[in-house]
Amino acid sequence: MHWQAVIGLEIHAQLATRSKIFSGAATAYGAEPNTQACAVDLGLPGVLPVLNAEVVNMAVMFGLAIDAQIAGRSIFARKNYFYPDLPKGYQISQFELPIVYDGRLEVTPGDAAPFTVGVTRAHLEEDAGKSLHDAFQGMTGIDLNRAGTPLLEIVSEPEMHSAAQAVAYMRKIHSIVRYLGICDGNMQEGSFRCDANVSVRPAGTSTLGTRAELKNLNSFRFVERAIDIEIERQIELLEGGGTVIQETRLYDEIRDETRSMRSKEDADDYRYFPDPDLLPVVISEDAIAAIRAALPELPDARERRLIEQYALGAELAGQLVANRAVADYFESTHGLAGTDAKLTANWITGELAAHLNKHQVGVDACPVTAEMLAGLMVRITDGTVSSSGAKEVLAGMWDGEGDADSVIQARGLEQMSDSGELEQAVDQVLAANPSQVEQYLAGKTKVLGFLVGQVMKASAGKANPQRVGEIIKSKLSP
Amino acid sequence: MHDKSVSDLQRGLRTGEFSSVELVETCLARIEALDGRLNSLITVTGERALVQARAADKRLATGDAGPLTGIPLMHKDILCTRGVRTSCGSRMLDNFIAPYDATVVERLDAAGMCMLGKTNMDEFAMGSSTESSYYGPTRNPWSLDRVPGGSSGGSAAAVAARLSPLATCTDTGGSIRQPAAMCGITGIKPTYGRVSRYGLVAFASSLDQGGVMARSAEDAAFLLAAMAGFDARDSTSIERPVEDYPAVLSDSVAGLRIGIPKEYFDQGLESGVAERVQEALAEFERLGAVITDVSLPHAPLSIPTYYVVAPAECSSNLSRYDGVRFGYRAENASDLLDMYKRSRSEGFGAEVKRRIMVGTYVLSAGYYDAYYLKAQKLRRRISEDFQKAFERVDVIMGPTTPGTAFKLGEKTDDPISMYLCDVYTTGVNLAGLPAASIPVGFTDGLPVGLHLVGNYFQEARLLNAAHQYQQASDWHLRMPRGIA
Repeated sequence: MHWQAVIGLEIHAQLATRSKIFSGAATAYGAEPNTQACAVDLGLPGVLPVLNAEVVNMAVMFGLAIDAQIAGRSIFARKNYFYPDLPKGYQISQFELPIVYDGRLEVTPGDAAPFTVGVTRAHLEEDAGKSLHDAFQGMTGIDLNRAGTPLLEIVSEPEMHSAAQAVAYMRKIHSIVRYLGICDGNMQEGSFRCDANVSVRPAGTSTLGTRAELKNLNSFRFVERAIDIEIERQIELLEGGGTVIQETRLYDEIRDETRSMRSKEDADDYRYFPDPDLLPVVISEDAIAAIRAALPELPDARERRLIEQYALGAELAGQLVANRAVADYFESTHGLAGTDAKLTANWITGELAAHLNKHQVGVDACPVTAEMLAGLMVRITDGTVSSSGAKEVLAGMWDGEGDADSVIQARGLEQMSDSGELEQAVDQVLAANPSQVEQYLAGKTKVLGFLVGQVMKASAGKANPQRVGEIIKSKLSP
Repeated sequence: MHDKSVSDLQRGLRTGEFSSVELVETCLARIEALDGRLNSLITVTGERALVQARAADKRLATGDAGPLTGIPLMHKDILCTRGVRTSCGSRMLDNFIAPYDATVVERLDAAGMCMLGKTNMDEFAMGSSTESSYYGPTRNPWSLDRVPGGSSGGSAAAVAARLSPLATCTDTGGSIRQPAAMCGITGIKPTYGRVSRYGLVAFASSLDQGGVMARSAEDAAFLLAAMAGFDARDSTSIERPVEDYPAVLSDSVAGLRIGIPKEYFDQGLESGVAERVQEALAEFERLGAVITDVSLPHAPLSIPTYYVVAPAECSSNLSRYDGVRFGYRAENASDLLDMYKRSRSEGFGAEVKRRIMVGTYVLSAGYYDAYYLKAQKLRRRISEDFQKAFERVDVIMGPTTPGTAFKLGEKTDDPISMYLCDVYTTGVNLAGLPAASIPVGFTDGLPVGLHLVGNYFQEARLLNAAHQYQQASDWHLRMPRGIA
């Protein structure tokens, strides 16, 4: 039988506010346990939440970016359950009336067919704290620094059919929240993570199969792998005559498998009800219009502009815009260099990206500034360095040896372009290789490469090979 | 000195007739002498009161004093006080020392008041008799074998017994007005949102409201003026200027339109109470007020509606008492679930547990629509009834309670009859309206309270009406005979 996988994602994006969603405590990552938790975050008797207005703006920005409806009136609700790192015994979230609903997202993966995903809703909520199981012998520690950190939970329709599609959708959301500046997108620190609902059904049918929920996937690779494995597991189970049960599963990246965490039978009844400590969030049409007017350029629009303005191919433009910082870096470099845009784009997505990947740094922390890369683009274009020389220049700049010109000079990477010097070298090579010259003159023009190579060798790679070819051709023309 | 009104105390402090320290010492001596019998206080904070009194005397000497500088008061033990135990009448918080002050406490400290102690109350403000306190029941100063009402029974008994001229208190379903009535004093619950809830340990957030107990409306006006007002830390507090309550007290009530809901005089009302209320209404007529019949058709549904909404919110608000971060934690728990179960079973008393269970039930999947949602709809109806009545009248009046103070233990095994003590008061909380209770006489030697309900932000009008009545009567000046 042929099977179709059906996938929906719940993405948690941590909103990049300085203070928490309902208190004035800081949200910075990595502080000593419980140093960023005030009386409100600790859920002390008598404390009350006060909404951070910034999170509302951020949620509206996101809603507008995915073409969603913005609720003129949304409600915070309490989701009640007991857990040691949930200080109040309930999480303040939104349930019946979320701030953003009914959005759509076009996803155009570079190497696959474009598709559209419905975004059911995006709602505001507070994060819980963290339980520290390893810190104390035989006890569990509670760190409430993260408690009350603002989250935007983005819930998709179950409209994706492969792990690759799910990842492409997630990347798109990732790109949008970073363009909007509402989330730093740092997956290692948990600022952007997702749960995936996965089910399978016979191809061609429309009833949804029973789903499993894969919890807390915090890298694109894990999302892809976990979903693939889960689809396989469910198909195998069904083909073997078994049934899928509705449950929460965890992906174990070390054993590369998903495992049951709890089944629906012991699922909690969260007893949601409107939080009486908070007023409904009311947003006027005017406020929405003002936020809309101030929205930054979004990835799709920027991609179209890059293609049009710089004559870049769709794939190259797509690679650049996937990360706002990379696209910014490209545009700054290009603005400073004024050389061929495609050359700059290729260097950024190729050689520079390789350095960034190798050293695991983002373009924001790149030791080669846009100004430095622009200097190199100028030197490539005016023939000062060869393309292989340029790679060395980039490596030198990366290692802190100064700008392009300093590295070229220090490492002696300047190409020999002076005609007199080049002609002299050509004459010597022609004199030393009479038989190849004869072959060339007899019409075997392939031998030109050999002769150019000899000149390059003689110049220790500094000669400009294009110029050398031209000189040889003119000297040997009848 | 202990029997003086706030304005007499102000005068005495200003003229140097006595100092704040002397005043506080007098109160502390009365507490020492009498509270063993009353049990109105959970914690006495004599040293703190004296420190504040000395500071107040300095301010009085330098002319830097406000109207309440140097005046003693007590706080209901539901208001967080930095460095002082805030028990909420519960074993759960017996070891809880708040690291911060409630907004109300902060404001009254800044006004120069001196905190004598923290008053006894029903556990987590759930009760109508102050018998559910972990610290034992408070006794009614008019008759020591009777309850003072609740949940703010400690504040009411202390003010009635002249242990303190003023006390803070809170009212979720009648917890200010019912004990004020039973102890023969004046109590006012302001409009929901008028007094900040920040630092007030939550019972039912949409109903809880801080207020005042005093011996007279005039005294209450001074304290309420200092407590009320917007607080950015409470999202439900309302940004609206506070009226100068003491300034409007002497306005005439001639022409005041008083509405009498017939639903308040139905079966269940003791005849002695009904008579005193009728006499008080007659007094208002003599003062020029106009009495009109009004109807609150949904009033009989207030109790069932209240007993869905309040437990629902309480079940969630009390989830934080899990033994993890503060409060009572059971010893030697075998695992996390055991720690939760035993900490909560041992830390909470029976009435609190009953309400948590009811609240959990009405919010559960499958029951939410039938209970919680339906109660919300009724709540709207109850509010609409009041609004319709206020189209025709300025103040609604009736009995505060169906009966007078009952005997200790009389209703502890019958929660429903206990709940019915609040039959006239809960509707006001559901609607969020301001209301007061003032003493209007006695039946069988026990005080009777008149309930005055105003429209939103009509605290000044209520205090004015109450004061005018008190100018024409002396019930509020009677001294309880249960106490020397």
